Formats: sequence, structure tokens, C-alpha cells
Amino acid sequence: MTSLIRTFNLARNNSFSRWALLISGSGARHLSVSSLLNGKNLNVDYQDDIAVVRLDKANSKMNTLSKELMEEFEEVFNEIQRNKAVKGAVLISSKPGSFVAGADIDMLKNAGGEAETTELSKNGQNLFNALEKSKKPFVAAINGVALGGGLELTLACQYRIATTDKSTNLGVPEVMLGLLPGAGGTQRLPHLVGVASALDMALTGKMIKPKKAKKMGLVHHLVEPLGPGLTDADTNTRQYLEKVAVETARGIANGTVKIPPIKHSTQDRVISYLLKFGAFEKNFFNKMIKGKVMKQTNGLFPAPLLIADVIREGVINGAEAGYKAEAEGFGKLSQTNESKSLIGLYDGQTHCKKNRFGNPAKPAKNIAVLGAGLMGAGIVQVSIDKGYNVVLKDSFSPGLARGQEQIYKGFNTASKKKKMTTFERDAIMAKLDATLSYDALRNADMVIEAVFEDIDIKHKVVKETEAVIPEHCIFASNTSALPIGDIAKASKRPEKVIGMHYFSPVDKMQLLEIITTDTTSKDTVASAVQVGLKQGKLVIVVKDGPGFYTTRLLAPTLSEVIRMLQEGVGPQKIDKLATSFGFPVGIATLLDEVGIDVAVHVSEYLGGVFGERFAGGNVQVLKDLVARGCAGRKTGKGVYMYSDAKSKNRPVNDTATQIFKSFELEPVEAVSSDSDIQLRLISRFVNEAVMSLQEGILDNPLEGDIGAVFGLGFPPHLGGPFRYVDLHGAAPLVENMRRFEAAYGAAFTPCPLLLEHAKDSSKKFHSS
Amino acid sequence: LSPGSVRCLSSTRNQSAKKSRATLGNSNARNVVLVEGVRTPFLMSGTQYKNLMPHDLQREAIKGLLKRTGIPKDKLEYVVIGTVIQEGKTSNIAREAALGAGISDKTPAHTVTQACISSNQAMTTGFNMIASGQMDTVVAGGVDFMSDVPIRFNRKMRSLMLQMNKVTNCVWLGIYELPRHAHVRLQLPAIAEFSTDEVMGHSADRLAAAFGISRLAQDEYATRSHTLAKKATEEGKLSDVLEYKVPGVAEPVTSDNGIRITPMEKMAKMRAAFVKPHGTITAANSSFLSDGASAVLLMEEKKAKAMGLKPKAYLRNYTYMSQEPKDQLLLGPAYTTPTVLEKAGLTLNDIDVVEYHEAFAGQILANLAAMESDYFAQKHMNRPGKVGAPSMDKFNLWGGSLSIGHPFGATGCRLVTTCANRLKAEDGTYALLAACAAGGIGHAMIMERHPD
Repeated sequence: MTSLIRTFNLARNNSFSRWALLISGSGARHLSVSSLLNGKNLNVDYQDDIAVVRLDKANSKMNTLSKELMEEFEEVFNEIQRNKAVKGAVLISSKPGSFVAGADIDMLKNAGGEAETTELSKNGQNLFNALEKSKKPFVAAINGVALGGGLELTLACQYRIATTDKSTNLGVPEVMLGLLPGAGGTQRLPHLVGVASALDMALTGKMIKPKKAKKMGLVHHLVEPLGPGLTDADTNTRQYLEKVAVETARGIANGTVKIPPIKHSTQDRVISYLLKFGAFEKNFFNKMIKGKVMKQTNGLFPAPLLIADVIREGVINGAEAGYKAEAEGFGKLSQTNESKSLIGLYDGQTHCKKNRFGNPAKPAKNIAVLGAGLMGAGIVQVSIDKGYNVVLKDSFSPGLARGQEQIYKGFNTASKKKKMTTFERDAIMAKLDATLSYDALRNADMVIEAVFEDIDIKHKVVKETEAVIPEHCIFASNTSALPIGDIAKASKRPEKVIGMHYFSPVDKMQLLEIITTDTTSKDTVASAVQVGLKQGKLVIVVKDGPGFYTTRLLAPTLSEVIRMLQEGVGPQKIDKLATSFGFPVGIATLLDEVGIDVAVHVSEYLGGVFGERFAGGNVQVLKDLVARGCAGRKTGKGVYMYSDAKSKNRPVNDTATQIFKSFELEPVEAVSSDSDIQLRLISRFVNEAVMSLQEGILDNPLEGDIGAVFGLGFPPHLGGPFRYVDLHGAAPLVENMRRFEAAYGAAFTPCPLLLEHAKDSSKKFHSS
Repeated sequence: LSPGSVRCLSSTRNQSAKKSRATLGNSNARNVVLVEGVRTPFLMSGTQYKNLMPHDLQREAIKGLLKRTGIPKDKLEYVVIGTVIQEGKTSNIAREAALGAGISDKTPAHTVTQACISSNQAMTTGFNMIASGQMDTVVAGGVDFMSDVPIRFNRKMRSLMLQMNKVTNCVWLGIYELPRHAHVRLQLPAIAEFSTDEVMGHSADRLAAAFGISRLAQDEYATRSHTLAKKATEEGKLSDVLEYKVPGVAEPVTSDNGIRITPMEKMAKMRAAFVKPHGTITAANSSFLSDGASAVLLMEEKKAKAMGLKPKAYLRNYTYMSQEPKDQLLLGPAYTTPTVLEKAGLTLNDIDVVEYHEAFAGQILANLAAMESDYFAQKHMNRPGKVGAPSMDKFNLWGGSLSIGHPFGATGCRLVTTCANRLKAEDGTYALLAACAAGGIGHAMIMERHPD
């Protein structure tokens, strides 16, 4: 190191000629490719006989494979092949935490029709095939995410090195966008990691951690990240990774480093042996793989089925057929509504991971949660591991202890799964201050209450809290239905009051619905959104109003379910129709999960406010259920019986059936077919969503889609209520609603905004 | 970064005015002096000491200390010993060794542990007792013995065995829980850092990389350590080494057996020991597993003089600091050196003798590089600019842990004694010693030569 500094000093002090020498010597090589040295999206640095290609996409935090980047890479690749002085190359990213995050989504959106998209895939395949055939070794040096096209790029390289940094993740998540890995991924993966592992990766889109990747044969070598030294840790790690990669590339080029042979897991070896037999092959792909996909997706997603076909094509009929099938499959999938819906959701997620309210004046550091119930403890759980100091306050010792146990269990499970060490678990738990006293709220920057849903109790809590907390502290309510404006009435500082509606279980559900009143200050919103984002949530911000956005959508849907139950449609049939339509949980089951008493509360309250539009089944049905002790899952019985927690086949509750019988309604034949039942559920849901946008409860349709899919389980392949209307048309929906309206009245009257869209099919909620 | 280049670094360090060579002592305070320090030869584990127990080594060190100073055994007031890997039978090893050495049974003893600076902790514990007027005469020391370590059954088996103790009829127990494979897996003493689950050598390799320390520089530094240790041994400078007649071993052990000069070509061929294959730390540029014990006699100055003893040096200021234990596990010396100098009101220029514990050549060079880095000083040490590394002309001139050996708990006393002996041999005034330890802890101390 010092000798280097010395050399540098010497050069600076006395020898212009020395510099000249450097340039005319090894520099000759530099000049020959100088036009490429600094592309817009990558640059090349020649380190003696090794070319280091650093991907650095212009004006972007992450690298994505855009058309321009691919073109620049192709040029560089050809130059490296031409240049005799270059013996090998390293591919590395200059972006922290990201190698290449995948293909450029905008490029995919603008690619055009099936033929053009197929062509796009073929171009990628051709470039990567040339890369794979390169006689000069290419070493991929991966730090951060290598996803989709990014991973496929590395798969074509001769050698892959990955850091074990937490940000390093490998995967082919195209299936989540309704696509398939279209740049050779479906063909190279089976070869590198085995058919079963390749299918697992491509069908689930799961992220593979570096250590697992090494075990699977996805990468050849691991590099541990460095700490700070002569520069910061990130830079140090990238430089070190590059150094190791350059040495490796040189070693492969001169034969001192051998590329280890591919070694599949025993399972994969057995499977690839058995695949030689036609009978097994058919059974494996058709029954085992596709059967499992059908079971999990109800056949609603075309991508996984096609991925299985494309992988099979390559494995059974060889590379040429496989690559052809891959490109064609990519083109085909790109045109499906499912893919458009899923890409729309991806855009929505990106949108909901940003804070459109800017940075708060004083970011919250100390959070207090009131109420150690399921929700309260859940909120604590997603906060203490994000660097917040958290107070958990409850009024009763047993409740507090239960909450602490829930939180500990969450992290202990993570440590058992090796996601963290027991030491990290304990360090996280040390951030928790569990208490029965309001005194601990003295230093809070934000209080989130998760106490019983009763306006008088909430008012009491507001007053007790405000007696202790500092002036700047925000008071957030985790209520699912009580208007925030009503809660704020008890507050001395209504500009600091906001709603933060979490979904249960908090550590699993991604959505957070933030509710603002007319008096909530912008800084309060900014702070709440920041906390939500740090907690790892997708955040939507809506206006205060009865039921906000999500609860308001749920109410008419549940009301329709009650009507169906009264009409004699069994709960199991309702559930089946809902799940086959794409809901992750049946709607009758959802009623039990939400709690029937809660449903009564919400229905009565929202029914009172919105009147006829929320009519449907008789609320008395639910009231009778509650009166007979059937309040849903938490009481062990609701629509279903929950006597055996482990059993998958839950029997219908006989008491419930009796009650439904006593409120029996005559079904209207014309609107009671299976598809009509599904449409009745979905149309009230969608209509209410559009209404929320029309009334300004929702700020934009993107958040409306995210809220419906991630909070309420709206079928993801439809992309959310607004994407659904955009892709499937408002006119047919309105037409069906008119039929239902004729049978049931105002509940199905389409709202004006929906009618506008039905009249003019060029009107879309989403611009892309 | 080769040792040679470090020397040239030091010439550029801050040339502030040399402080007057006045004593750091204060007439109002009680002065703590090192009367004498000794150690058993440090041996590679599994060699001549292999049939002993740790307290045997510590007892020999104390016996040697008593013999050399001639202090009556009943005049000792306290014994503190540091150790890392604890032998279960002698968990308060200080007491067992003291009794065995013939120190009065009226002299209490306790054992401390702080990884590689355990005997530093023993000495500063004694220092505090003397400086605060609680005691006048304390023996401090340290021992570690890697030829035998407590290997235990895993928890499943242990809990089964504990249940067996409770149930009188073992047959019944056998019926419902027979030892399975899961029970027989044994547990070695932890070598990985508990908080980070990383082995120290692995962390050191990453540290060296973070500071751009090359393999060549590390090999050169290791060679320097072995060369200097060999020379010091041959010239008889390591006078702290006792002769030890080990029972069952014919020849008395008279010197350290880990010092060896490996040709550079041979060193260059060695494989990385922790980060494979691209790491830079090898067995040849790391300290090795060792057995050994050390002991020092610390006294209040006036008391020592009254007893007719000739103190060697004063123990002056010391500090303990700690850092983040993953990426900065072994940077203790870089942090503690400037701090202890400030406490003493000295600069590096005032220091004549420097002794750093050498865990790994890469670790030493990384610490020196950190001290020469403005970036590191500003970003991590909360200082305006680089603190400056000590000159290689004064640095570990009689070898170090890499060559002499490193019985974890015993190294601290070796550093203190070497500082005192070197101050005399090199006619210096002030000495600085520093060491790193597991847990990301660092220690440094300033010593001053005694006028007698």
C-alpha cells in the first residue's frame, strides 16, 4: 500500500515522462477501445490482461437490462473477443446492493406485440449464447440482487462469484410478473442446478441466498463482505470482490484455477436419470409438476404451466427446441392479461414503497404501542428489528406477557430457521420496553394504539396518552372502522392524529392503510408513511371516511355473502367459488377470520351510513350467530367448526346452518349460476372501489389496486379492481351489474365513474 | 505494507516537540511498580507440556517469580490470574496455583477472564488495588493450556445425564430415552465469536483485506517477528524465561519452541487457513496454539524499596476500549494507543519501546494502516486526522506472539515484562504496550522505567 503511494508521489513529483511511458506502454490497449471505455450504462477497465466490465446504468439506483445497456454490452463483448491482449473478463456492478435487478420493465411494456417480444427474447438468447461459448472466461462478480435477466446473464458466464452480503439474492422471479425467464434461464438452470431445483426456482420465483446458491451449484465461489477500512464497507467489499474475480478470471485463463464440475443434489440426479424413461417423464411433468401448479393456482396463471412446458422441452428435446420454446413462450406470455395485471401490481408496489409526502421534520425513533393484543404485539414485532426503540404498554400483566411471548416467538422462529443468530434475536428483543405504566411514553415520537375498538375507550386512551407524551409526538390509531376524525375529537392536537390500519397477522400481511383527516398535518403523514415503509409495509394513504378504503370494500362483499347463505348456497360452495376465482381465502372463511361480531359492527355502522347500497343479507343472521356463541374462529365456531386446529377439513357449523335456514330467501334463478355468484361478489367489490376513487377517499387507482390485493386478497391475476376494469372492460361489468340490479336493486347500481368508463372504452384508470 | 515501508511511514509522523523526560509520577499518588516478571517457556501445544494441567504451568511461573525476587511467601497480599479456556476442575485457577506454589494459605486469590488480554486485566486489577491503597503487594499472572481443553457432551446428552442423576433407577430412564446419535456429538470450546458466529482468523482475514494488506506484507512481517525473536533468544535477552523441569520429560525446558524462520518461498506456497482459497492469512503468518504461563510482582513503590527490592518500571496509565465485534474485532491497538498516550500526556515520539500483541501479521499491519488513515480516524475514531503509527524501529524488537507463542491468558504479562526489560536494555524512558482481544476489546498501557 505505502509503496503504491510512494510510486504515485514519485510520478507526480518528477516524471512527466513516466506518465507518458505508462500511456504508450500498456495504454495502447486502452486507446484501442477508448470509445467504449465510458458507455452511458457501463465502463470497462483493463487490468493487465483482464477486462473489468462495470455495469452502471445511467440515472438509476439499480442496474436493469435495458436495450441500451444490452447494446453497449454487446459492443464491449465483441471488443473483448477481438482484443488479443485480453485473456478474460469480469462482470461486476458499480451499484451498491444491486448486481442486475432484471430486465427493464419499461422495455418489456413497450416491446409491442407477441412477435416483437419473442424477438426481444431471441436477441437476449443470442447474446448470452455467444457469451456462454466465449473461449475467454467471463467471471460474474455478484454483490446485491441478481434477478431475472440479471441472473440469466451470470448463468451464461463461465464462473460466478457471489458475496454473502445480506443484499445478495439470486432468483428468476419472472413468474411473479406472469412471464418466464426469457434469456436462456429455463434452459441453463436445469443444466446447472438440476431439473427439480430449476423448476422450483422458476415456478416459485424464490430468492436464493448465497450460501444456498453455492450448495446448489448456482455459484462457484463465495466472498465474505468486508467491513470499513481505508474506505467504507460497501466500497471495500466491491473492490475486494472485483480483486478476487480478476484473480479468478486470470487463473481460469492461465489454467491455475479449475472450474469445478457441475454436481447436482441426489434428488436431482435421481430425477434426471428417471426422466430418460417416457412413463416417468410424463408423470413427472404432467402430474407432479403441473398438478401441483394447478392445485396452488387453480389454473388462473398461465406462466407457471408454460414454464414447466418450456423446461421440459429443453430437457427432453434438446437445447435448440428449448430455446425456441422459451422465446415463443416469452412472447406469448407478454401479451396475457395476467402478465399485464401482475406487472401493474409490481408498479403499484414500487409506488407504495415511496413516500410521496417527503421526509418528516423529525423522523420517529421511539415508538410506543398501546395494547399487547395480536395486533399490538404484531406492530411491535415489525418495528423493533428496524432500529426503533419500542415501548409496549398494556393495562394488564397477563396480556402484556402474552404479547411479549408472541414477539419473542417470532424472532426465535427466525433464529431457528437460521435467518438470524440467537445473539441478534436477543439484541432485537433488548429494544423492547414492555410496561404497564404510561410513564414510558415520555420520550415517544409516535404512539400507535391498538386497544379495543370502542370510541369511548379510544377517547380515554387519547386523553391519558396526551397527558404524558411530548408535544411533537404523533398519535396513530390502528382502528379498522372507527373514523379517525371522531377519535381526534378527544385530542388536544388533532393535527397529530392519524390512522394506521394494519392487517392481521401484522408480520405477514404487507399492507398498511394510512388514514388522514382534514386536520392531519402533512408532516404527520410524512412521518407515519416513513415508519410504515421502514416496517417493510406497502403503504397506501387514504382519506378519512366510514370504513376508509379497505373496510368499506369488504362490507358490501360480506353483505352479499350473507345473502347467498340465506339463499341456501353453502359456505363450502361460496369458498370454492371464491378461491377458484382467485381469492386466496374463501369469503365465508374470511367472515370467520375477521370475526362475526366485528362483521356485525362494521355492517351495522356502514349500512347505516351508506344505506341501500350496502344492503344484501340480513344482519340479524350474524347477530344470531354471535348470540349463539358463534363469533368466528376466535370462539372455535362460526360458519365453520374449529374444534381441531390441525384438521384441514372443517365441518360446517350445524347451528349456523340452522340460522341460515331460519332466514331463508328464495334464490333468483337468473343470477344464481356459479359464474354469477362470483360476479356478484366481485362487482360489488369493484363498484365500491371505483366509488372510493370517485369520492376522493383514494388518491389514485394504483394504491386502490395494492390495497385490494395485499389487504383484502383480491385475485392478484386480475391485478386489483381498477386493473380488472381496465383489462376486462367496464361495459361488460356494467351490463352484468344491471342484471343483478334488476334482481336485487340499488346494491348493484353502478357508480357514475364506472358508467363513464363503460360508455367510453378508451378511458382507463391506469395510463400504463 | 512491508515492515520496511512502515518504517518509512513513521518518518512522516507528527514531529511535535519532544516532551521533557520528566517522570509521570505524582508525589501525592501511590506509585505502582513492576518488581519482576517471569514466564515459563511458551511451547506449541501438544509438545513437552502436553501431560500437565494448566495450574501446573501457573504454579511454576509463580514459583519462579518468588525465587527470582526472593520475597517471603507470607508477604504477598493477593494473587490475580487471567485465563481464557477454563479447566473445570480448577475454575479459580489463581487459588490452586498460589497454594501449589507455597504462597501462604492466608493469601486470597481470584481469577479473571477477558480473552487475549486476561493477564492485562489481572495486572490492572492488581494495579487498582495498590493505587487505591487496599494492598501493597500483588502477584498477577496468566495462563492458557491448549494441549488439553474441556470438551463436553452436547446439551441433549448433558440434560439426559442430569436426569439420570435424579432418577435412582436408571433402567426406567433408559426405556424412554436412549442416547441417540444426536446425543453423542461433542462440543469443543467455542472458537467462534458468540455474537457474530465468526472465527477470529476469518475476521482477521477480512480486516487485512479491508486495509489492503497484501499476503507478501504479512509473510514479511511474520518473518520479521521470527527473526527478531530468534536473535533475542540467542543473545539471551529474553531473561524472563524460566527453566522448567517438566515431570516425565528428561530434558529441562529452557526456551520457546515455536520460533522458526520459514523461507519466503515456502511461506508463499502455504494455503489460506480461513478464507479459502483467496484469503491471505495462513498458518505461517498467524500466532499458533500455545501452552504457557506468566507472572509479575506488582508493588507499591515505597513498600518495595523498604523491602530492599529493585523495581524495574512504573505502570502508569492504562485504558480499555471496545468496538463493533464483527468488522473491527482486532482493531483494539489502533483505538487504545492514541487514547492512552493522551491520558499520559505523551506523544508517540516520547515512546522508546513499543510492544503490541501479534495475533496475526495481517492484524498488526491493519492496525498500523488504520492509524495512518485520515479516513479511518475521522469516520470511526472521532478524531480530526490520522493518529500515526508507531515506528518500526521501536516495535516488537524481541519478537512477538507470532514467533514466541501466544498462550492467551499469559501474553499480557509477557508484554509488560518485555517492555520493562527493553527499557533497560535500550536505555529508554517510556514504553507503550497494546493488545486486541475477542469481543472487539482493546487495551493499552504506558510504562516508565524506574530510576533504580
